[in-house]
Amino acid sequence: MECTVLIMLWILRRVRLRAGFSSLADIVDRRGLVLSFRGILRAEANMSLLLEHIRKSYRQPEGGSLPVLGIERFEIRQGEQVVLLGASGGGKTTLLNIISGILTPDSGRVVIDNRDIAAMPEVVRDRYRASKVGIVFQTFNLLPAFSALENVMLGMVFSGRGVDRGFAKQLLERVGLGHRLNHSPKRLSVGEQQRVAVARALANKPVLLLADEPTANVDTKNQQLVLDLIRDTCRDHNVSLLMVTHSLEVAGTFQRVERLQDFNHPELCVKGQAI
Amino acid sequence: MNLLTIAWKSILQRRLASFLTALSIGLGVMLMVLVLVIFGAVDSAFTQRSVGYDLIVGPKGSDLQLVLSAVYRMQPPIENLPYLYLQQIRQDRRVVSAVPLAFGDVTEIGSFPIVGTTTEYFENEYMPGQSFRIRGTRINALFDSIIGSEVARENGWDVGSQFSIIHGGAESEDVHDEKFTVVAVLDTTGTANDRTVFLNLDGFYAIAGHEKPIDEVEKRLKDFYAADPDRLNQALTQLQDYRTRQAAKPADSQPSAVVTPAIVTYDSPDAMKEVTAILVRTRPETPFDAISLSAELQKGFQAMAVNPVRPIQRLMTGLLGNIQKALVVLTAIIILVSGVGIFVSIYNSMSDRRREIGIMRALGAGRHHVFGIVLAESALLCLGGATTGWLAGHGLAIASAPWVIRQTGLLINPWSMNTLEFVLFPVVAGMAVLVGFLPAMTAYRTNVADALSS
Repeated sequence: MECTVLIMLWILRRVRLRAGFSSLADIVDRRGLVLSFRGILRAEANMSLLLEHIRKSYRQPEGGSLPVLGIERFEIRQGEQVVLLGASGGGKTTLLNIISGILTPDSGRVVIDNRDIAAMPEVVRDRYRASKVGIVFQTFNLLPAFSALENVMLGMVFSGRGVDRGFAKQLLERVGLGHRLNHSPKRLSVGEQQRVAVARALANKPVLLLADEPTANVDTKNQQLVLDLIRDTCRDHNVSLLMVTHSLEVAGTFQRVERLQDFNHPELCVKGQAI
Repeated sequence: MNLLTIAWKSILQRRLASFLTALSIGLGVMLMVLVLVIFGAVDSAFTQRSVGYDLIVGPKGSDLQLVLSAVYRMQPPIENLPYLYLQQIRQDRRVVSAVPLAFGDVTEIGSFPIVGTTTEYFENEYMPGQSFRIRGTRINALFDSIIGSEVARENGWDVGSQFSIIHGGAESEDVHDEKFTVVAVLDTTGTANDRTVFLNLDGFYAIAGHEKPIDEVEKRLKDFYAADPDRLNQALTQLQDYRTRQAAKPADSQPSAVVTPAIVTYDSPDAMKEVTAILVRTRPETPFDAISLSAELQKGFQAMAVNPVRPIQRLMTGLLGNIQKALVVLTAIIILVSGVGIFVSIYNSMSDRRREIGIMRALGAGRHHVFGIVLAESALLCLGGATTGWLAGHGLAIASAPWVIRQTGLLINPWSMNTLEFVLFPVVAGMAVLVGFLPAMTAYRTNVADALSS
């Protein structure tokens, strides 16, 4: 009996080291070992994001459900920059919410940095999101009660890694706001606010940055600046980027352009296709 | 940065509403602290700690009135006892000290009570472990006086000052002719002594009009010693001698004293003298002495001996205790209502903060994080308000202490802590959890995707 336990512990230790888990508890507390093992074994090397067999429907008030996402496979490699185009109401925001773990799919796997976040309990998923995924919102979503620096540090508080004030300052200096650290968002221009949002998204050194139309609220003059900033900082930090946009002009500057309708087939939800 | 600083920032964002709600808690706590400090001072002033005697002997009547008049100088005297009775008490082996007090008059300026006594009064401790400290000389001449610190401060008197007294109380306009001289000033004691003017007992007797007619004294002695014919006879003999001496004097002369204090002497017999009360100390090594002596004195004559604590305790626990309870309950209700105010303020702000909560959740905050932030806000408002109120309460007590002493003679210790104050903060913390729970649950249940798209 003791021998069996020792062998299991040795195997767990090997797996933990290979997958980069910080502790054995990290594996055990995520819906049991089986799912975690499955996630680990299927994960591909150098993959920041892998979506497999994603199905998502919304329940409608009048009854029945509205299928939104049916994605068989979608992936982003480490450091890759991808632009996602799609019509309004096509499920882009739902997709971003599923990738960031804000929503869970009805079924399927969402693997970020080799771990299936869809299989994680919510508490773990929140923390994982804080440490692995950066989000730049269309409306910046800076909190008005906090200064630029505090907005950047905010994400660090929730990641559980501790607050690195120095790194937060570095990020703001990197986006050209070293002289505006203690300014409240109200006193920053729109372009500056978006730069703070970019710095905040990178504060926890994520592996994946999600940008939801980050230039939509920025004037033409600042659009390219913001775009360059996001892309350059992602490149500098080897962060994968998934940017949602309506602008074909913006999309034209990316090597990889994906149209949601090309790989999203909501009808798969209705067919109840086996995963 | 941590959850507490995030909560603090949220409070600052709604600084006016937050300030007002915390203020309401603060005011409630301040009122409670003031009630406790004031009642603490009253309690401390009216308990055994303030009285350095075991028994107070006086004429039969209200025990509360006797204590209030003899110790706290707040009531007029009941009646008088024969001076001979003081000597009788002094002869008892259980008595260590018996100090006579004669009072009833007040100063012309300030209406401070006049007490005639002996030097023994100042030699005894005015409360256990506390002796009088006197600046000046002892009473030597008949019309010398020692004044309390408040009398000196309020009337601007010092050693060498002269003053007159009014017979019978402030409402009487009968000013005695005698001039009294201050020979010493007492240090502050925090007791009624601070507001008292002490005279030489013989000087008190020597004041014109204080000596009763011989016939009246005779009648009172007969009443008092009705059950003790031996002592009555001794007293009547003294009176008869005195009557003879008085008859030999010229008709227009003063009964026993003249107005020039330096040369005056008081030569009336003890039978002619009366005291208003007698402060008695029994042997400290036999605590039952006071009880047995009290029981004995209670049986005979027309006197009573009361424990200086019990009537006051009765008053404190009866009337004043209930007033204190009512005020504490009232302030507790104010605090509770303020807590409801905090609940309403935070709960109303939740709809405005839905998106803020959504953003925090998107940045990785767990449900427990946003729950904790809202709860921390409630705790900061409640405990911040309570702490401010507590400091303000004690601050106000410090600031008003000199005024209270001036007005009431009550010595306030602004930093005296009531047990209730130690309970107050845990109770406020509990209230913070209670009022913050529902808004915190609202934050906990916030749907992130909906909040972000709102």
